Amino acid sequence: MSKPKYPGFDTLALHAGQSPDPATGSRAVPIYQTTSYVFRDTEHAASLFNMERAGHVYSRISNPTVAVLEERVAALEGGVGAIATASGQAALHLAVATLMGSGDHIVASAALYGGSHNLLGYTLKRFGIETTFVVPRDLQAWKKAIRPSTKLLFGETLGNPGLDVLDIPAVAAIAHEAKVPLLVDATFTTPYLLQPFAHGADLLYHSATKFLGGHGVAIAGVLVDSGRFDWEASGKFATLTAPYEGFHGMDFEEESGTRAFLLRARREGLRDFGACMAPMTAFQILQGVETLHLRMPRHVESTRKVVAYLKTNSAVQKVVYPELPEHPDHELAKKLLPLGCGAVLSFEIKGGRPAGKKFIESLRVFSHLANVGDAKSLVIHPATTTHYRMSDDDLQRAGITAGTVRLSIGLEDAQDLIDDLDRALKASQK
Amino acid sequence: MFAYTAGRAFDEAKPTVVFVHGAGLDHSSFLLQSRYFAYHGWNVLALDLPGHGRTPGSPISSVRGMAEWVFKAVAADKFAIVGHSMGSLVALECAASAPSRVERIALIGTAYPMKVGEAFLDAAKRDHYDAFDMHTIWGHAAQVPLGGDPTPGMWMYGDTQARLERLAPGVLYADLKACNDYVLEGDVSCPALFILGERDMMTPPRAAKAIQEKLPNAKTVRVNFSGHSLMSEAPDATLDALIGFLRT
Repeated sequence: MSKPKYPGFDTLALHAGQSPDPATGSRAVPIYQTTSYVFRDTEHAASLFNMERAGHVYSRISNPTVAVLEERVAALEGGVGAIATASGQAALHLAVATLMGSGDHIVASAALYGGSHNLLGYTLKRFGIETTFVVPRDLQAWKKAIRPSTKLLFGETLGNPGLDVLDIPAVAAIAHEAKVPLLVDATFTTPYLLQPFAHGADLLYHSATKFLGGHGVAIAGVLVDSGRFDWEASGKFATLTAPYEGFHGMDFEEESGTRAFLLRARREGLRDFGACMAPMTAFQILQGVETLHLRMPRHVESTRKVVAYLKTNSAVQKVVYPELPEHPDHELAKKLLPLGCGAVLSFEIKGGRPAGKKFIESLRVFSHLANVGDAKSLVIHPATTTHYRMSDDDLQRAGITAGTVRLSIGLEDAQDLIDDLDRALKASQK
Repeated sequence: MFAYTAGRAFDEAKPTVVFVHGAGLDHSSFLLQSRYFAYHGWNVLALDLPGHGRTPGSPISSVRGMAEWVFKAVAADKFAIVGHSMGSLVALECAASAPSRVERIALIGTAYPMKVGEAFLDAAKRDHYDAFDMHTIWGHAAQVPLGGDPTPGMWMYGDTQARLERLAPGVLYADLKACNDYVLEGDVSCPALFILGERDMMTPPRAAKAIQEKLPNAKTVRVNFSGHSLMSEAPDATLDALIGFLRT
């Protein structure tokens, strides 16, 4: 008897989560543009509300179109399930709010997207949740920062914008020793390039706005649970292991050890905070996910060509991409990211801010905007945009200088991208 | 020992239904169904056998031993048993060995004899991940990875893998071997219900024929499109079949 085989990544990207629509036979995922669902009778209604039957009640809690995306991303990541949210930021907030409250503490990588840094460093502090930021590759700093009140370790698979590679196995081991989970933002890598659960992460999320969607038309997030973290054994997560008055006295971990986190996140987090995904958005993101396995290799291939070009340009002081031998995480990248280090890179232009300004304004193919992971190539100056609220010290710790330029390499002809960069770099030095 | 009760206190005036899970799994296999009965007039005890879920200890190496453990774990004088896969064998054994206590049995995804393939047993004996893969893939209908989980946002394969990864070494092998070795001695006279998945690869409906012949008065519900994990693949059909059976 031979070993059975799982469907491949490409097949899951196209099919997971959806069988042809039972009502119409529709092959494409239908957009269930509805707020609510008619109950069969009063008993059916009560059973749905009390979690005795599976199904949909109200689209803030779940929706058939959104559920396809959730299941598909969970399948691609190897998780037990997922919750789609209004944005990547909503996914991060949902994870934090499900696990902790006032008086609790997070240890996070300092190399974060500026929005995540704002949430952890400023906004959550107002609600009594403190965060200590550490240099992601300093493993001792992660350990030292852990307090008795620490409930979560958090980092990005590829830090923003210094492209620090998070040592997921090592940081996960530190988290597990402290009986807390590791959450990672896997936006830059997507499940095509890296599956964080296979390396020890417990929870992950995506800003699906980026590579999962790929087309830059919808703001979206997805939070995925590996189902592997033992909340009961940890003893630190009363939100999951003690009866919750807000939901019939439910002890979520007792209901299901593997589903406890997602049960609470959906039954409380979506219900009360309400940052759900719209069905149209789910449909749009699904169109992107269906071609993720085709797009990511092309993104990586073109990025490598652009990196090679920038390395030879005299107007460029430094190129930051983990596949370069001089990158401090190069060896780790080879281990964790054998298919490539994504499509985002940064470089320092000679001439500081004035040169940077000229460079950006001379580009014709690259679009100057605050996003990454689009099919179109993008450029931004982090110090004046995505990271502008960070102090100089925090900027330095995140590996950003006044001359840092971040590129997100799209799916255009790679030579057109190189020609555009070449023209703009020349203009920047005049 | 742990038994899920949906947080409801035991009420002597109510009938009791005991849920027994399959190999390598735990009480949460019956997440929706056990919760339903707890809120509809029943005392529910969804057990975690030793070494599974929240019940510590070494796994019990025989179905007979599991049945004896169930009788010690359940205080009610009389009760119904709903068993899935290995749990269905435990239900059979309980019904045969203590007919005065077991009022009726529902057998979900069952086969008799429940022979386990050599490759599966061997991989489990070696605690090799291949055993988890076989459990996951054969434990669901072929369309599951390409279909939709009835519970919004969940991925059945991932959930099964995560549960199996929580097991201590040797537990899955002990369970599978207990299934493989089980021989029913004695007769089952209480009312019985078979709930079988038409697309079950682990225990296809034809594999239940021998035990169906031993229980000529039993009823059978065959669930279209479902594989072995009927409680999660076809939760409503499974629940409706149980409601029809336990309420009569």
